[in-house]
Amino acid sequence: MKDASGRPVIVVTGTGIVTALGEGKQDNWATLTAGKSGIHAITRFPTEGLRTTIGGTIDFVDVDPFNCASFTSEIATRAAREAVEQAGAGRAGDFPGPLFLAMPPIEMEWPMREKILKSQPRHESADYGDLIASARPFAGDDREDCLFGSVGEHLASTFGTKGSPISLTTACASGATAIQLAIEAIRRGETDAALTVAADGSMYPETMIRFSLLSALSTQNDEPEKASRPFSKNRDGFVMAEGAAALVIESYEHARARGASILGVIRGGGEKADSFHRTRSNPDGKAIVGAMTAALADAGCEPDEIDYINAHGTGTPENDKMEHFAVNAIFGERASRLPISSNKSMIGHTLTAAGAIEAVVSLLTMEHQRIPPTINYDIPDPAIDLDVVPNVARDATVTTVMSNSFGFGGQNASLIFAREPA
Amino acid sequence: MNQDVWITGIGIVSSLGEGIDQHWQALTSGARPVLDRETIPPFAIHPMVELDLSKQIPKRGDQRQMEPWQRLGVYAAGLAIDDAGARDPDLLESMDMIIAAGGGERDIAVDNQILTELLSTNDAVRTLIERLSNDLRPTLFLAQLPNLVAGNISIVHGVRGSSRTFMGEEAAGFDAVRNAHARIAAGQSRICLVGGSLNAAREDMILLYEMGGYNWTGEEDSVWARADGNGGLRLGSMGVFLMLESADHARARGATPVAAVRSVAADRCAREPGAITSSFGAMWQSVSGGTTPANLGIVSGATGVASQAAEELAFLRVLDAPIRATATRIGHGVEAQFLASLAFAAMCVDNAAMFAPLDTAGVEQPANGACDNVLVTGIGHWRGEGLALVTRANI
Repeated sequence: MKDASGRPVIVVTGTGIVTALGEGKQDNWATLTAGKSGIHAITRFPTEGLRTTIGGTIDFVDVDPFNCASFTSEIATRAAREAVEQAGAGRAGDFPGPLFLAMPPIEMEWPMREKILKSQPRHESADYGDLIASARPFAGDDREDCLFGSVGEHLASTFGTKGSPISLTTACASGATAIQLAIEAIRRGETDAALTVAADGSMYPETMIRFSLLSALSTQNDEPEKASRPFSKNRDGFVMAEGAAALVIESYEHARARGASILGVIRGGGEKADSFHRTRSNPDGKAIVGAMTAALADAGCEPDEIDYINAHGTGTPENDKMEHFAVNAIFGERASRLPISSNKSMIGHTLTAAGAIEAVVSLLTMEHQRIPPTINYDIPDPAIDLDVVPNVARDATVTTVMSNSFGFGGQNASLIFAREPA
Repeated sequence: MNQDVWITGIGIVSSLGEGIDQHWQALTSGARPVLDRETIPPFAIHPMVELDLSKQIPKRGDQRQMEPWQRLGVYAAGLAIDDAGARDPDLLESMDMIIAAGGGERDIAVDNQILTELLSTNDAVRTLIERLSNDLRPTLFLAQLPNLVAGNISIVHGVRGSSRTFMGEEAAGFDAVRNAHARIAAGQSRICLVGGSLNAAREDMILLYEMGGYNWTGEEDSVWARADGNGGLRLGSMGVFLMLESADHARARGATPVAAVRSVAADRCAREPGAITSSFGAMWQSVSGGTTPANLGIVSGATGVASQAAEELAFLRVLDAPIRATATRIGHGVEAQFLASLAFAAMCVDNAAMFAPLDTAGVEQPANGACDNVLVTGIGHWRGEGLALVTRANI
């Protein structure tokens, strides 16, 4: 089956999700539609001295040693396993297509530096020269956990994906970008199926401090579950969270030929780089509007067809203002009546993983014909005139969804999902 | 796949100089490698030539917002845009971009202070939180995020199409070229800036390669002859960007090609003995279509790790073509290495000649006759292999 542009129709046949709300679609969907927050005080490491001491850590998953690579790899594997098992594509350990992985930057973290440092007797002072002089014996997993390629290598081995796994980042739009790469690969006939995974396990003190120094994080530490307040007047930043999601993406023909259940259609995606500033959008909104417009054009979709927007909705003053601006620009007088909600009000902001997590939630929204709410919407921002599905989930007819993702570095991406092929 | 993919611009900076001409001159003249043994002794690195940054990054404020690896990338990207004659606002508005990136520099002074304090504290996390919160520059994070090379290229040069950043050491480089090539060939992109950069003068980078013993500290320059232990690599500072463009798009705007990229492949193998040779062999079938092109040359991405070099050579020798491994001359550029090899391959095709052998080990033999096709190899120092076939553009 081809779309209106003569390209293969792209479908999703398996999804997986792990967030602070739970592991798997069932738990996540139940909690999201109950309007419950997964944000809590961080207990994994001491937080004394941090400006923000709350987050959406996934405390039911433990890895040893804890570092970004090993934790990201673990939650990515869990999400991918759920998706691959549901899709039933290929055999166990032999997935019939490539891997597109959105993941956070990997670096050597302080516990590793400390381990190298203390592997030799020291005197009063130390520097990088001491680390370098002692580093040689630290190979294998110690080293791989410091390398960008490690998470993709691990997933490719576990699931038997084909070819060189592509690991990518477009900051907080990464999950959406990974899905775009899969769409493109199938459309150009390179593969019939792809495994898309997005995971982020980068909550450790240094990353939290980095975001705090940019004044990006909410500091509402006293009531963690109330801290993520997208579109509210008193929103004060996003809440960092861990999470992973995976999608098995196929051509419609391939999915039908093997008798797979189709969970939904990816009609298209679009993106546009902003050249204004490293962390802020150009106030003219052209790049955000451009990404959403490009997605609609790629999908062959009129704005009127969109029933619901799964917002980027981070809860930073800047993001929500600009997203509102763009929705207004594209949907005109319909903007204030079109349901738009932010999963981040409950899950927190899973950074690299958010675009894929929200893709999975968008598909669940169409499957259940029910829209998860934006919680903590107690004091509306009068400057943002949108139907944010406040606080309580809502039954609705949802056949086509727009999902937005924006990130530092001028990254803007938007995806269009549908229940049925157009 | 119906569009020819051309290289219409090259931006390159390294220890050999700035731009195509200086690099071709250095490679053909047989100059010795430029090495810096003073910055991070006892390690030798290939240092960046002195650049007048303001030529490509005019605003001081922009320069300040970046660390060296980003400046090298943004500078080389600007050279590629200029070389392609693409500094046109309408063209930049729809230009795509794929960057192969690692992470950015750390604040070594802050880290060293913390390392010292860690020796005496019994509460490491508290020490960390206190020092990092008080001592880190707020904007340093933006100089560390991999996708901020792309972000800065957007800001400085105005590239505003799609913007994607690939990671994963050397594989990021060949995945970026492979993906850009596939999109252009299929008509999903018309013009795409692809590149990467590495600042070798970083203690945190030397540390990473010292884990497991990957740094080469011997005297031997040739990556084919680093026989002590398992050999090793010497990092080299570089920034390399290519403008890849569909032939139709280039013709329509009157741009002339340096060369064409006929095919690209990338894969991974388990790295058991013999696996690298087999992986290259299988990819060669896909990039060559089973026929060895006439007047073939080879630009190898060999890093200097001896066991891997031996496996790569076992594959290359079958092709019976002159081999040149440029890491001998400019060092290993990790994410940027495959881009650099492609740039050198394009120069060879453009000049219809291979440059002189770079080693004295006898692996690299003088080329007899013309060079119309160049096979580029890329090899990850711990994972991933890539191939590309660079040919004359069919104007």
